Amino acid sequence: MEQKSVERTVAARTYLDFEKPIAELESKVLELRGLEGDTVSISDELRKLEQKAKTALVDMYAKLSPWQKAQVARHQDRPHCLDYIEQLIEEFTPLAGDRYFAEDQAIVGGLGRFRGRSVMVIGHEKGGPDTESRIRHNFGMAMPEGYRKAVRLMEMADKFGMPVITLVDTAGAYPGISAEERGQAEAIARSTDCCLALGVPIISVVIGEGGSGGAVAIASANRILMLEHSIYTVASPEAAASILWRDANKRIDAATNMKITAQDLEALGVIDVIVREPTGGAHRDPKLAIEIAGEAIAKALAEFDGKPPAEIRRQRHDRFLSIGRTL
Amino acid sequence: MNWINNVVRPKIRSFLTTKREVPDNLWVKCPESGQMVFYKELEANQFVVPGSNYHMKIGAKARLAHLFDGGIYDKVPVPTVPQDPLKFRDGRRYTDRLKDAKAKTELDDAVLVAEGLLDGQMIVAAVQDFEFMAGSLGMAAGEAVLTGMLRAVEHRSPFILFAASGGARMQEGILSLMQMPRTTIAVQRLREARLPYIVVLTDPTTGGVTASYAMLGDVHIAEPGALICFAGPRVIQQTIREQLPEGFQRAEYLLDHGMIDMVVHRHQMRETLSRLCRLLMGGAELTRTKGRRVNGRPYVNGASVDGRLIETAARDATGEVIDAASAPVATRTDPPKGKRDPDASLPKPEAKEPG
Repeated sequence: MEQKSVERTVAARTYLDFEKPIAELESKVLELRGLEGDTVSISDELRKLEQKAKTALVDMYAKLSPWQKAQVARHQDRPHCLDYIEQLIEEFTPLAGDRYFAEDQAIVGGLGRFRGRSVMVIGHEKGGPDTESRIRHNFGMAMPEGYRKAVRLMEMADKFGMPVITLVDTAGAYPGISAEERGQAEAIARSTDCCLALGVPIISVVIGEGGSGGAVAIASANRILMLEHSIYTVASPEAAASILWRDANKRIDAATNMKITAQDLEALGVIDVIVREPTGGAHRDPKLAIEIAGEAIAKALAEFDGKPPAEIRRQRHDRFLSIGRTL
Repeated sequence: MNWINNVVRPKIRSFLTTKREVPDNLWVKCPESGQMVFYKELEANQFVVPGSNYHMKIGAKARLAHLFDGGIYDKVPVPTVPQDPLKFRDGRRYTDRLKDAKAKTELDDAVLVAEGLLDGQMIVAAVQDFEFMAGSLGMAAGEAVLTGMLRAVEHRSPFILFAASGGARMQEGILSLMQMPRTTIAVQRLREARLPYIVVLTDPTTGGVTASYAMLGDVHIAEPGALICFAGPRVIQQTIREQLPEGFQRAEYLLDHGMIDMVVHRHQMRETLSRLCRLLMGGAELTRTKGRRVNGRPYVNGASVDGRLIETAARDATGEVIDAASAPVATRTDPPKGKRDPDASLPKPEAKEPG
């Protein structure tokens, strides 16, 4: 019975193109497992092969290229915002609507309890695994309403003195007629403005893709954390390639040149903490990935315990003003 | 031609000759009407095509010359930033692109900051020059906007921003993106200092610039026909694959959709900006220049309430002046504590009870 469930999870796993060697090894392991229990004892060989597959995975993920990281960051099995909320936030109470126009589920948010204290959680939700859910969440690409809702929730958090946790995972704000019509740029600007004005701590975690202004709008935080294999970009590698090279196929060059990985961003002083992911990426063990992220959030939040609003705000301002000045 | 032009190396020559690249006899075609205009005529008309009123792009220096009294202004120095921190290459080296842009525009980067008088009133202004790598927002441009805003706070003067940008400077990657929160912090400083921040959106203002400081002004003005957007028309068309509505993302469209306050012809821009600055600074001016006594009390330096405001507070809804002694406690405003009224800090409970 147990064997079957293992088989199912492995079979359901989507391998990225560069993971082909891993896929082969893992399928061999699976084959051998199927034979185990038969007359021949192959446990020794199985263990060896498993070890080999694991080492290969560790090696591969230790030196992912920026473009490969972009692929991992967008992996369909990677845990999303609502997965984090479900595992980390107790008594989560979603709040909806911007009070002006509509409810935008590309940005979800609400009240809840994180390690005992009341917090406001806001994040981009890409939806999934089914297409219906992805469409409902507009693939994590928010409309102005989403950002205006974020502002509403952040102001509420400020009013009630509760910290804000934001989970960033978006390809960018939605580029469409309706979004432009209702002032996408202004909505993003106001949301960034609101983040920066808060008197309560705001901790942001880039859990997948941090796409441009759509990410900045909720990530102008006291502490910015990034998962090990997440990316944060000024424009998606595809967009940058078509702008700079006039050729979307140059996305690998764009990804490499733009410095989009957590490791690069830490070196540039843009982010504060890199959150370790389980071997082979968060999608191989979402539960563990979320748990590690939870620890990192708690640690970041604890730094601001008992600090007055003015000091929290000043730290945030100094943090951003110093970016680039010490390079 | 004198002998210098023939002998010295071209690079040095560019220092010696200050003449503009554009020949005097150049004709320019109006993109809207197709009409041919004499360049000199266009320049004299602030780069507005005389027949069609089409607003062409205008350089940062020309813009400032038309803004300040007598075209006189001081350049505000901007701190230098690291050049090409990402060692970026996209076919060409970013440092080479920068060099070219500097030579072409005679600017340090896309934003020029200046201070001077506008109808006798001190102002600080920043102009984005589209000619410099599409006015893109990189570290230097971000630092310039920041410097300009903080300079205005220092001078206690209004800040005017002329935006024109293709968006973020891709070659600076995430450091370019970080200029969005950085400039927003400076906008907050202006706001805290209660100083006017007027944004003039010119053709085109897009991407990260629109999505940060360019949409956070007290008053938003746009030039006629200017493209103002977050995502450009090309990107949107690629996403939705359908025709965009007529006039989409143009200044007039934004006015209709409540994103800007007014569309102003370039010839009226100076007068409009001057009036807005005077009106917005009006309240504060009153505080500073009004007599030595407020409400019959000596006015001590630093008090930020003017006489009229105090008087208004002392009237009830019908306009009747409320006698301090007879007013119920609930409707009375306690005098501000501080140097202005040393007695206010002393506890006088009996005086607070209504007779």
